[in-house]
Amino acid sequence: MRGPVAWWNDPWRPPRILVGVTAAYLAWSLIPVLIAVIFSFNNGRSRTSWQGFSTRWYWGDATKSVWHDAALHTALLQTLKLGVITTLVTVPLGVMFAIGIDRWRGRLPAGANMLMLVSFVLPEVLLAVALLFVVTSLSLPIGLGTGAQVLGLVTFQIAYPAVLVRARLATIGTQYEEAAMDLGASPLAALRRVTLPLLLPAIFASIVLVFADVIDDFVLVRYLSSNSSTEPVSVKIYNTARAAPTPALNALAALLLFAALLAITLGYLAYRRITRGDHTADRGIAGFAGEA
Amino acid sequence: MTLTEVAPQPAPQSKRARASLLGPALALPGIAWLLLFFLAPLYVVLAIVFGRTDPIFRTAVPVWNPLQWNPSQFNYVLGRIVGAQGIFGPALLRTAVYVLLAGLLCLLIAFPVAYYVARLSGRGKGLLLALLIAPFWISYMMRMLAWVNLLQDDGLVNRLLSLGGLFDVRVHWLTGQPAVVVLGLAYGYVAYMILPLYAGLDRLPQSTLEAARDLGANRVASFWRVTLPMCLPTIVAAVLLTCLPMLGDYFTSDMLSASPKTAMVGNLINDSVQSPGQTGQAGALVMLVLLVAVLPMFYYVRVTSRGDVSS
Repeated sequence: MRGPVAWWNDPWRPPRILVGVTAAYLAWSLIPVLIAVIFSFNNGRSRTSWQGFSTRWYWGDATKSVWHDAALHTALLQTLKLGVITTLVTVPLGVMFAIGIDRWRGRLPAGANMLMLVSFVLPEVLLAVALLFVVTSLSLPIGLGTGAQVLGLVTFQIAYPAVLVRARLATIGTQYEEAAMDLGASPLAALRRVTLPLLLPAIFASIVLVFADVIDDFVLVRYLSSNSSTEPVSVKIYNTARAAPTPALNALAALLLFAALLAITLGYLAYRRITRGDHTADRGIAGFAGEA
Repeated sequence: MTLTEVAPQPAPQSKRARASLLGPALALPGIAWLLLFFLAPLYVVLAIVFGRTDPIFRTAVPVWNPLQWNPSQFNYVLGRIVGAQGIFGPALLRTAVYVLLAGLLCLLIAFPVAYYVARLSGRGKGLLLALLIAPFWISYMMRMLAWVNLLQDDGLVNRLLSLGGLFDVRVHWLTGQPAVVVLGLAYGYVAYMILPLYAGLDRLPQSTLEAARDLGANRVASFWRVTLPMCLPTIVAAVLLTCLPMLGDYFTSDMLSASPKTAMVGNLINDSVQSPGQTGQAGALVMLVLLVAVLPMFYYVRVTSRGDVSS
């Protein structure tokens, strides 16, 4: 018979308290979302009481389902469009920035690196208001809408690929590239044929991270949207959540969730493939998520 | 093999010169982007805050020359923080209290979770980590929508509290309850804290902790005197990474309370940014938040670039 004191002092006891906290955290963080997804399949208008399973809020309902309501599927398309365009611009820009900063010593690159890190932690609303002022009070060729949204999102996301690639550059070191140049490769060829393939895991992880983060964005895209045709899903949820919406809103959010999960699963599988047999890369989910 | 490939290599000097140009050439587009769309917009905010307001259209007119700057709009905001006309004071104070409470709550939840997962090994670890990061990849608005559904007057929370009709519980959760907003902030941001904490705790040398126990420190002492000091930079960076974005948050309060009773500074910015004639006021509030955030931000940047913490 052991008392509580002996239990506390036993160094080999299982960490019950930590397991409890972790399990409670998981339940608290995931069950509400799960319930919201379940109610998107509700066969009634209520988001609080279950009236049977149906897919009417996805495509069954002739006017209010995501498939038939133009306002809802435009939002979904806008979100995916912003995700793709922003990723295509941000990742090359950030990767080039990281490689450039890494091999350029001096005050200017150090300052640029600091600027990049500051953009990473700046409250998003500050950047959003600043860019809104720029677009509305200066006569620029870019007006509110998709163009301005992409501009803001790229600025906010550029730190992701930059930080991930810099961390990876620090891990792989300079020896491979120096060997390539000793064997006669030009700096550009060494970069293209040695460094870039080694950077692939980091580049890949940042593609998925940036995409997942952009489709989740709210503050920037709301201020920089021109009208309801450029409002993505997050803004649509914000506008209607408190105004007696139908489960179609849940369905819209659930579709976005499925899209994000699909992108991440595919991305993770591909990441595992790229890093197969590579002992310098963290092949676990943490390495993929960039530990950011 | 062609002749050009066995030709003598170029002199190392010229190669090094080309290599040293490669860095700036690659970095320049990114630097130009950050200067144009990050630093310059902040200057535009300054020009608008210290600029004029068009007397007829009530639109903001930026003044570019710092020598002609007019501080009246900034003074207007500063003068209304404390005192008899202090309309902004309560929201600023509320922001500080909410962010501190939510940050503390996040740390209380995130630290044990990150500690447990970092100590774990084996097959379960990857799956557990994936589940922990999942909220990070679920849209913030979707997670808030989930709670809006649960916290309705006839929602599941009230029904759960009434124990199946045993008690009559009609708590109006969504009408200006500070506790709901603080919990909502913690719910929304805690995932951003778990990952950096996990990264730091995962790197903690196990042998040092074992040495502490071998040398006679008990569980509490080894945690308090070895683990905690060693991961303090990580904790600070993780708290900053979570709390700084919270400073500008307005949508959590809007979604979960929609009442001026729980308005934060983000709500003040959001309310004034699009009302005519108040653009300068919004800009002044933005500058105010930036001033408060600038010291912690540079501290975070220093901690990160020293390499103590990967983020």
